[in-house]
Formats: sequence, structure tokens, C-alpha cells
Amino acid sequence: MHMADALISPAVGAVLWTATAGTIACCARKVRQNLDERKVPLMGVLGAFVFAAQMINFTIPGTGSSGHLGGGLLLAVLLGPHAAFLTIASVLVVQALFFADGGLLALGCNIFNLGFFPAFIAYPLVYRAIAPAGSSQGRRTAASLAAAVAGLQLGAFSVVLETVVSGISALPFSSFVLLMQPIHLAIGIVEGLVTAAVVGFMAKAHPEIIGAAPRSVRGDVGFRQVVVSLLAVATIIAGVVSWCASGKPDGLEWAIASVAGKGELKSPTDGVHGGLATLQNKIAFFPEYSFPKPAGQGAKEAAALRDAPAEGEGRLGTSVSGIVGGGLTLAVAFLIGFLLRRRVAS
Amino acid sequence: MAHIETALRDLNRLDLLAGGDSAIHRLDPRAKVLVTLVYIVSVVSFGRYEVSGLIPFAIFPLVMVAVSGLPPGIVVRKLLVVLPFAALVGLFNPLFDREPLLSFGSLAVSGGWVSFVSIILRAALTVGGAVVLVAVTGFAGVCRALQRFGVPRAFVVQLLFLYRYIFVLGDEGIRMSRARELRSFAGRGMGLRAYGSLLGSLLLRTWDRAERIHMAMLSRGFQGEFHARRESSFGRREMAFTAGWCFLFMLLRFVNVPRLIGVLVTGVFR
Repeated sequence: MHMADALISPAVGAVLWTATAGTIACCARKVRQNLDERKVPLMGVLGAFVFAAQMINFTIPGTGSSGHLGGGLLLAVLLGPHAAFLTIASVLVVQALFFADGGLLALGCNIFNLGFFPAFIAYPLVYRAIAPAGSSQGRRTAASLAAAVAGLQLGAFSVVLETVVSGISALPFSSFVLLMQPIHLAIGIVEGLVTAAVVGFMAKAHPEIIGAAPRSVRGDVGFRQVVVSLLAVATIIAGVVSWCASGKPDGLEWAIASVAGKGELKSPTDGVHGGLATLQNKIAFFPEYSFPKPAGQGAKEAAALRDAPAEGEGRLGTSVSGIVGGGLTLAVAFLIGFLLRRRVAS
Repeated sequence: MAHIETALRDLNRLDLLAGGDSAIHRLDPRAKVLVTLVYIVSVVSFGRYEVSGLIPFAIFPLVMVAVSGLPPGIVVRKLLVVLPFAALVGLFNPLFDREPLLSFGSLAVSGGWVSFVSIILRAALTVGGAVVLVAVTGFAGVCRALQRFGVPRAFVVQLLFLYRYIFVLGDEGIRMSRARELRSFAGRGMGLRAYGSLLGSLLLRTWDRAERIHMAMLSRGFQGEFHARRESSFGRREMAFTAGWCFLFMLLRFVNVPRLIGVLVTGVFR
């Protein structure tokens, strides 16, 4: 579920970075105020624990595939929302920097998707509602399942929103949603079961750990906070949707332009071929593109091939010059690197 | 698991590389973090069908690798790990976007394939930039830069803590996993029940370790801050480095150099 830099636009990246930075600042303040100092190393080591836990797999019965812990919900259960959010964020920073799991610009999105929902929605609103402190293992299992599924569904949905609004991937909204939500339903169930198993073990072996976290947490998550976090989500969704609305015409315009044959290919030829060639190009472009009827396409193509050598040459020219130029630039870049290397070495 | 194990080994190597001593290594981390962010934002800000304009941006990782004396292999290997994922996601574009956009004679290339190439290029450039940043700065350096940029200290301390214990607990996780695999026959004990207890005992050990660490730190006078060996300041060199790269990125962002060269070259031969 980690998003990569290649698929998001700077606007989306910046908004989510801002939201995440704000949440981190707020959590950092809360953690300093509320938590006893002993939790400082605990948070760090538990973050490392998530890495370690991801190295151990288990087989999912009946499928032959294997799964592992994601960790967001477990951290929230063990540490409470604020400390858990910081820990998840730190895990994602390390993954982005060293494992190239998700990019630097996408870091805001990833921390938000994988940290905010489990820590501030799934844990306080779902898990604690179903299994208040001192519940039975059955209730804890149900709570873990519900909370993990809720957290991952929300996270997956916001991945879809962010990707679609960015507009780099051509995946339509509906098919992307249909792709993501069922997959993350399955992942959520696995995550919920694993979290329940670990929490159950801890409750048996070290009841005070599971019992201790809720007490320190319970006071934090008041009504006001829930309202504020819901408001934040609503604002962000509203912002994202409004972007979507203003972003659409661009895509539409582009589609119209390409159907009408006034793509971006035309402009570079202007300088080289001069006005005459442009005129010829334009005249030659229109017959082929202005009849987007599926019927008679073969005949049209044959006609285009037969009687439009000039137009073909023009477009061939731009494409080739693009590739030649690209290749040369890359070669120059490598050459510069190579020369610098030799200078440094000598 | 094999993936994470190699990733952990790579992490170790990257960390060792960051201890190097070149002109780039000696720069203040803030300059490097800033330049990398500007770089990534300018790469990502191109439209979805841009291919030629992205190519010149390869200059940044290439020059950084060259000047800092990094082995190029480590960057290439990272790219090989990441690019298949980018390709997997990008592969939807040719399926959904079949509008012809380019053509070579009678061969038409759809917009989907152009944007697919664009996604691959973006992924390679952004990942390359990030790997180079870490390899010449090191995690501690990046954290120091973050703190100077105003990231809350609690979060920076959390990052440094996490980083220190990844290696310790990562090894422990790998050992536990291997021990279970060696003792498991016909897949017994690989299911969820044993997994829960396994993780639970790892968690217990982690918890105890955290308490020991805390006591050890207190007895050594920890007051909420890690101290760095290499102190640096944002001087004239850093200024020049940042301004130079940012200027180049802006230039490359607004002037399509490959297209100019291509038009010139093909124009000469016509």
C-alpha cells in the first residue's frame, strides 16, 4: 500500500505532507506532555520490532500464500494513538529512505494512509468501542478484526483518492476502487487476526502491558478530539474533491486536443519547418483525426498511409528528434558523471 | 523474507557508505536534503506524458555518484528492486489509455505507453535521488537536518532510536524465523497460532530490552538528545551547492533540452 513518488503530483504530495507534519507536531507535543519518559526508548524499540516482525511469515491456511504483520493497529493498542502515530511515521521514514518503499514526496501520503487511520480512527473509535479495557479475548479478537479492516479500508480508499487526483496513473476511479478495496479487505482480516493473536499472547504472558496502555490513553481520546480528527478528514477530503473538480477539465481538454489532432507534437516542428510545413501538417492532420468513427478505420488508415507522406514524415521527424535528443542528453549526463569520476579518482 | 533480509544488508552497506569522506559527504546535511527535495518535486511536477523533459534530470544522481565516489552498483541494485513495482502499477496505463499520441511512420504509440515510460523514468529518478541522498548523508545526518528544519525533537529522537535498534531486532527476527523453519516439518507450526506466540515472545523481549535501554541511558546521563560527532554549518559551499542545483533544476524544468538538441541534430542532417 506504499505509494511511490512516480504516481503522485506535487500538489497532492504537498497537501498530505502538510497534514502529516501538523499531526506529527501535535503528537510530539502530546507525547512529551503525557507519556512517562520510559516510553521514549519503548517507542523506538517497538518501531524496530515492527521491522523484525515483518521478517517472520506465517502460512495462510488454504491459500498457500504467506502473510505478516503490518503493525499499525498493534502499535496503537500497545502505545496509544499519539505515540503510535509517531512510531508508525518513523517506520515509514526509514522504509522510504532505505528500503525505497514509497518515495520521499509520497511520504506524507504514506504516513497519513498507514498511520492516521489505524491510530486515530480504527483504534479509538472501533477497537476501544468494541473492547474496552479488561475485555475477554473473544471481544479483543472481534475488536482487532473490525479495527484492522476499518483502518485498512480507509487507508486503501485514500490511496485511491490520492492517486486519481494526482492524475499520473490512467486507472479510472471505479476500477481502482474495485481493485483496492477487496484486496485490502483480505489484508485487513489477516492483520486483524495477527493483531488479536499477539494481543492475546501478551494478555496471558504480561497482562499489565495490555492493561497499562488503555489507562494512560483513555483520558486522551475525548469527544473533542474525535470531532477534530473527523473535521480534519472532512477538510482534506473536501480539498481533494475540489481539486478533482478543477483538475478534470485539463484531462478533458487534453483528450479533445488529441482527438482534434492538435497535440503537443505540433509545436516543436514549428521552429524547424517554418510556417509552410506547419500549415501542411495541419491540413494533413485533420482528415485522419477528425473522424473518430470505428467503422471504416482500415480504409481510413490505408488512405492516410497512401496520400499523406508529408504528414507522416513530419510526425516521424518530431518523434525521432525527441528520441535522438533524449538519447544524447542521457549520454552527455553519463559523460559528465564519468569525467567527474575520473577527476575525483586521479 | 528474502527481500527484507537483503534489504537489511543493503541498509548496512548504505550506512557504511555514508561514513565516506568526499566533498559531497562533507557538506552540511541540510543542503543535501533541501536539494534532493527540490529535485524530486521538479521531477514529479512534469505532466503525465512527459518523457524527454525528464531525461536530463538523470544528471543529478549521476554527478552525485561520480563526485562522492559511491559504487554505482548499489544505486543500480536499489533501482532493480523498485522498478518492477513501478512497472506493475504503470502497466494499467496502456490498458486504459489507448489514445494514439506519437507515431513512427505507420506505427502509432498510445498515450498509455508514453505515460508508462514516463512513470518508469520518474520512479528511477526519484528513487535514485533518494538513495544517493542517504548514501552521502547517512541516516543520522538526515535526522540532524530534519531537526534543524524544525521537526519536533521527540520525533527526531524516535527516528534515531528506531534506526539504532533495527539491526538488533532485525537480526533477532531473522534468527527466530530461521529457527522455526528448521524445526518445522510439512509446514507444521507455520500457521497463525505459532506465529502469534512467536511474535508475542519477540515483543516481550523487545519490551524488556526497552526497559534495560532506558536504565542504561539514564545512568549515562541521557537528556533527550543524541550528540553528533560531525558538527557542520551552512556556509558558502552549502549555499553554492544548493543554489547551483536548484537553478539547474529550474532550468531543466522549463527548458526541454533534449527536444532542442534533437531538433538541432535532426535539422542539421535534413
